[in-house]
Amino acid sequence: MSVESTASTDTMEAGVPAAKLGVWWFIASEIMVFGGVLASFILLRLTGPGWAGDIEHNSVLLGSINTLVLLTSSFSIVEVLAANKAGDLEKFKKYMGITIALGLLFMVIKGVEYSIHIHEGLLPDKSLFWAFYFGMTGLHGLHVLAGIVANISLLVVVSKPGGLARYGHRSEMCGLYWHFVDVVWIFLFPLLYLG
Amino acid sequence: MSGTAASMHDAHHEAPTSFVRKYVFSTDHKMIAKQYIFIALFWAFVGGLLAYMFRWQLAWPETPVWGFGWISEDADFMPTGRIGPEVYNALITMHGTIMVFFVAMPLLLASMGNFLIPLMVGARDMAFPRLNMLSVWVLATASLILLASFFVEGGAAAAGWTGYPPLSAKVDYTGVIWGIDLWLLALALEFASFLMGGINFLVTPFNMRTRGMSLFRMPLMIWMIVIASVLFLLSVGPLIAGAVFLLLDRNLGTSFFLPEGGGDPLLWQHLFWFFGHPEVYVIFLPALGVMLEVISTFSRKTIYGYRPIIYAVLTAGVLSFVVWAHHQFISGLDPRLATPFSITTILISVPFAFVVFSLLATLWKSSIRLDTPMWFAIGGLSIFVFGGVTGIFNGSATVDIFIHDTLFVVAHFHSTLFSAVFLGGFCAIYYWYPKMFGRVMDEFWGKVHFAGTYLGFLAVFVPMHLVGVGGMVRRVADHTKYDLFIPLQPWNEWMTVAAIVLFLFQFVFAVNFIRSLYWGREAGENPWGGTTLEWTTPSPPPHGNWPGAIPEVHNAPYEYGVPGIDGEWVSQDQPAP
Repeated sequence: MSVESTASTDTMEAGVPAAKLGVWWFIASEIMVFGGVLASFILLRLTGPGWAGDIEHNSVLLGSINTLVLLTSSFSIVEVLAANKAGDLEKFKKYMGITIALGLLFMVIKGVEYSIHIHEGLLPDKSLFWAFYFGMTGLHGLHVLAGIVANISLLVVVSKPGGLARYGHRSEMCGLYWHFVDVVWIFLFPLLYLG
Repeated sequence: MSGTAASMHDAHHEAPTSFVRKYVFSTDHKMIAKQYIFIALFWAFVGGLLAYMFRWQLAWPETPVWGFGWISEDADFMPTGRIGPEVYNALITMHGTIMVFFVAMPLLLASMGNFLIPLMVGARDMAFPRLNMLSVWVLATASLILLASFFVEGGAAAAGWTGYPPLSAKVDYTGVIWGIDLWLLALALEFASFLMGGINFLVTPFNMRTRGMSLFRMPLMIWMIVIASVLFLLSVGPLIAGAVFLLLDRNLGTSFFLPEGGGDPLLWQHLFWFFGHPEVYVIFLPALGVMLEVISTFSRKTIYGYRPIIYAVLTAGVLSFVVWAHHQFISGLDPRLATPFSITTILISVPFAFVVFSLLATLWKSSIRLDTPMWFAIGGLSIFVFGGVTGIFNGSATVDIFIHDTLFVVAHFHSTLFSAVFLGGFCAIYYWYPKMFGRVMDEFWGKVHFAGTYLGFLAVFVPMHLVGVGGMVRRVADHTKYDLFIPLQPWNEWMTVAAIVLFLFQFVFAVNFIRSLYWGREAGENPWGGTTLEWTTPSPPPHGNWPGAIPEVHNAPYEYGVPGIDGEWVSQDQPAP
């Protein structure tokens, strides 16, 4: 971590950079949002009958592919982090590009699934399961989208001359967030496809 | 690395020169604090006005509210100034929402947090100044949306400030068309604003303290803000999810909270109150911090039990996550859950009793100086204790079944929240006004304001406990329609008169506030003889907070009457002799 810390000499610090601390607190609050959603889902699922039929409409194949896509993108963003440490701009750009592409692929597959459901008339008002399905995957999808936007904007500023030295450290913030989005999906997948 | 370096870079931004950058889109934490205060005071006026209107309806049902008689007979809203049941519901809903989310949180957490954190820990600005600016402007947007909801077709939200479904989930049930959607949107934006603010309130004290300012040398006000921010960050999530569900129920035909579609209305209550109880402390802890600072300064004595207070409040914070179902004793909750939730609820009063006794011990044998802030601190604390004691009645499931949804509950939570928000908030304003604006507010009129507010509050809410125990229920627009409440109606009239007096006394504050901006006594650096860092810089502090280097800290806060040291007190930045 390159410290150009002329200013920080007169402060006491927790040992974690401010931006990283901020991202961690942000993720903590996000965990509570998804925690609320997941807890609601599980509670209603346990007390309400008739969910098994609805869940069979979901394609385990497409869901599994999407899980693989997202997990792979988690690997590629770790490579971005490694590239930043090594100061390797080409590697940084390559793996960030892969991460963004995988994120977009995830969204495309999700869109295909949505259109299949909509054609079959499985809309949010069809049953509580579909309300949760669209609510949860929609909320998660928005987070994936936000992560893609963050990754793209980092890629843009890093590609500028001197960008890697100046902004490369932000890959860690993007990485933390992207992993979080990934972990949320790890919870959604069994609940919405396998259970 | 350079997350820090980048934020440091932000913190050292140049003093802005243009009007817009200085007063409107400012990143200076002191200006942002003032913006929050003005937003909060604006909403406090609106909230008070709504209270006046529905109190009028309760005292003299279906008569034109004084001052609103000019409304024409065929207006949709309050024809001839009369309040019907629908408008009454909207008024109480909006009063609660405004006071909790748009007055209490901006006034105590956001404005005091913004103003005091950098000044008290010794930083040039907050950790993320632009995020800070964004959070105040998101709150301003939420305010506009909430304000607009009064004027849309169908009127403002009218499902109670708790927004329980199924009432809130369908247009047919309340007749409110856009109002509840806008209400939910405004709340969602408010939460987003405070999540952003909360990240600043946490990262700044952790990462930007001046040299020597160890965590246990931070003023208790900072500790209270930090704990309040953690509570907010960790409790609001489920309600954000719930708000999204409710919006979907209203607009997409889902049935998360509607039994006919397999949903469960109780789910909303759980999501709401899981947030709702920590929220009480999100509001109260900054007020407690203000009281701690003021009581120490004006009794010229070290706070008794600095560290134990922190541990006690942390304990209460943890406990506040496991008490929420005490709001739901008669909701159809499994009765076996009532006892555990009663126990945790009553347990939570133990740490707060500890803090109150610490404050009493601080006052004991001290040399008390009764300036306006001190009156508000002691007055606020006394009413909060009163509210805490009635809380034990409500917390016990067996008693609560009897008093649930009566005016006793309303009187209880006004005792806790009014004392925190208004007495604590005024206390903070009278105490730090000199630092904010460079002048001291007028003492005489400050004391008049305190007397009117304190006695006015008691005149409204002590009788409210009595009629509540007498069975008078809340959320009823016209008690005279029920024979059993008719003997209690004179009390309703008394409470309304008292509430109007209480409201009128706030104009004393408004005039004093504006007058002192120009004609108040010059404050100087340290008008009250405080020991914490904000009193070591000119009033108002310049851009960057200290004209020279940031002071280095050598002492704990509240070093009054230190043995072996000349002078009455030791500032935090005074080196050891």
